[in-house]
Amino acid sequence: MKCQQCDKPAVFHITELEAGEVRELHLCEDHARVYLNQSEAAGGSPEPKPKGGGLTAPLGVGQTADELAALDQKACDMCGITFFEFRNQGRLGCPHDYVHFEKELEPLIANIHGATQHTGRRPSRPAVTGEPLPEGTEPLTAVIGMRTGMKEAIECEDYERAKELRDRIRDTEQRWLDRPTE
Amino acid sequence: MDPSAQMNLETLTNNVGEWLRGTGPESDIVMSSRVRLARNVAQYPFVSRASEQDRAEIEKFLRERIAMVPAGKELQYIDVGHLEEVDRQFLVERQLISRELADAQGARSVAIDGREQVSLMINEEDHLRIQCMHSGLDLKGVWDQIRLVDDQIERAVPYAFHPRWGYLTACPTNVGTGIRVSVMLHLPALVITRQIDKVFRSLHKISLAVRGLYGEGSQAMGDFYQISNQTTLGKTEEELLEQVGDVVPVLIDYERRAREFLVRETQQNVHDQVSRAYGILRTAQTITAEETMQLLSRVRMGVLLGLIGDVDISAINVLLVRTQPAHLQKLRGLELDTKDRNIERARYLRQHFEGNGPKAAAN
Ligand SMILES: [Zn+2]
Ligand SMILES: [Zn+2]
Repeated sequence: MKCQQCDKPAVFHITELEAGEVRELHLCEDHARVYLNQSEAAGGSPEPKPKGGGLTAPLGVGQTADELAALDQKACDMCGITFFEFRNQGRLGCPHDYVHFEKELEPLIANIHGATQHTGRRPSRPAVTGEPLPEGTEPLTAVIGMRTGMKEAIECEDYERAKELRDRIRDTEQRWLDRPTE
Repeated sequence: MDPSAQMNLETLTNNVGEWLRGTGPESDIVMSSRVRLARNVAQYPFVSRASEQDRAEIEKFLRERIAMVPAGKELQYIDVGHLEEVDRQFLVERQLISRELADAQGARSVAIDGREQVSLMINEEDHLRIQCMHSGLDLKGVWDQIRLVDDQIERAVPYAFHPRWGYLTACPTNVGTGIRVSVMLHLPALVITRQIDKVFRSLHKISLAVRGLYGEGSQAMGDFYQISNQTTLGKTEEELLEQVGDVVPVLIDYERRAREFLVRETQQNVHDQVSRAYGILRTAQTITAEETMQLLSRVRMGVLLGLIGDVDISAINVLLVRTQPAHLQKLRGLELDTKDRNIERARYLRQHFEGNGPKAAAN
């Protein structure tokens, strides 16, 4: 793919979120640097809260191409999505990404919403039997990683490990799902 | 296709959906009030990262779990993945599913209640999108209803939640409350008096989004505009409802004043415009969906200004939807190309405006 502003190959694939719409930019290294610097300058304006917000603006600040490249390769240990893939698609891979990429997402979310703490409704999980469930669902999301691990274990014919993971998945799901609904 | 889904679609074709009713507070200007909540199941990857098997499992899990709660027992499911293109388009025109769900891949469905107020989309951008819509301005009524549905489902479905980030969504633009509050307004007088852009620029400043009814971009067809919140994190659901709700009376007031101005200052002119629009709708031999919507919009305003006497508002609302391409084909029971649709649309309109006016509201 060519850079959208010259004939050099596009190495930066930037996703901008504006008013909920996703806009994609494909730029060579030079044009990407120009673009990111512009975003940075724009982000420093006295406007209290930019509307829409950009996915890249917080990433451009003082980061070298190498640092960006390293960050792009960071992958979620549950669903496997890389930060690069997220930036490209504008969609996260699983609930754990909000924990795994928390540091990277924080400035981005602040930019979009002008806030970094939820203040709305929260789930109520009445304790029925045994230990009450936590408010956050991280322990249940861990099942995504266990399922991948189980598949891998089966492929390696490590049936002992596969069986252990299967039991852990079943126990976790039971703990979260066997609740009265009425 | 699954015969029960076909039956559901036939029923929908012959019914009038909730937001078409043309009733409710301020319904001369406010078409509908809507709230949607984005939710995900904690133990699966988000839709764009989910394998085909994951998507099928998510769909099955949600259907089974939602069926356990009272709100879930009144729903009819339509398997969107196995629908024909025209039927998917039909549900989009009806505002029961999004274009994104219609065009997506793999296992996906929509569940609709009998009154077409509540719809649940499964495997759209998020695992679950709950939508509730009422006719006229009724954000409180919508919120009370959707909150109940959401609470019930949450007892059976562990929604992905993080103490700091709130309800977790596939796109960070929806994280936190996952709520989108929107109100659809009919603003023809603000368009005619060229004040609409000014109004929208001021809405953007208070971080509200504006988009047209069917138009892809900013160009609204038939002077219908949707106002909604842009942010979802850091404010409570009630605060976000207020953010949208507070601006609506102001817009209603602007539109009313613009309508009064038109009648007072340009009486003949506006009467002429409205009458010509009505005349074309009653006599045209071929007509596009865009022109139809534009003319119906003007006639709708004319009726509300007392310039046209023998038409009622809900009938116009119904025509706005039934003259859309997929509705027209479903009503006719035939697949039609663009040229034939334009002929059929004109025929349908003539038939409805014949004699003592449209009968569309009568079913
Ligand atoms: Zn370039
Ligand atoms: Zn992940």
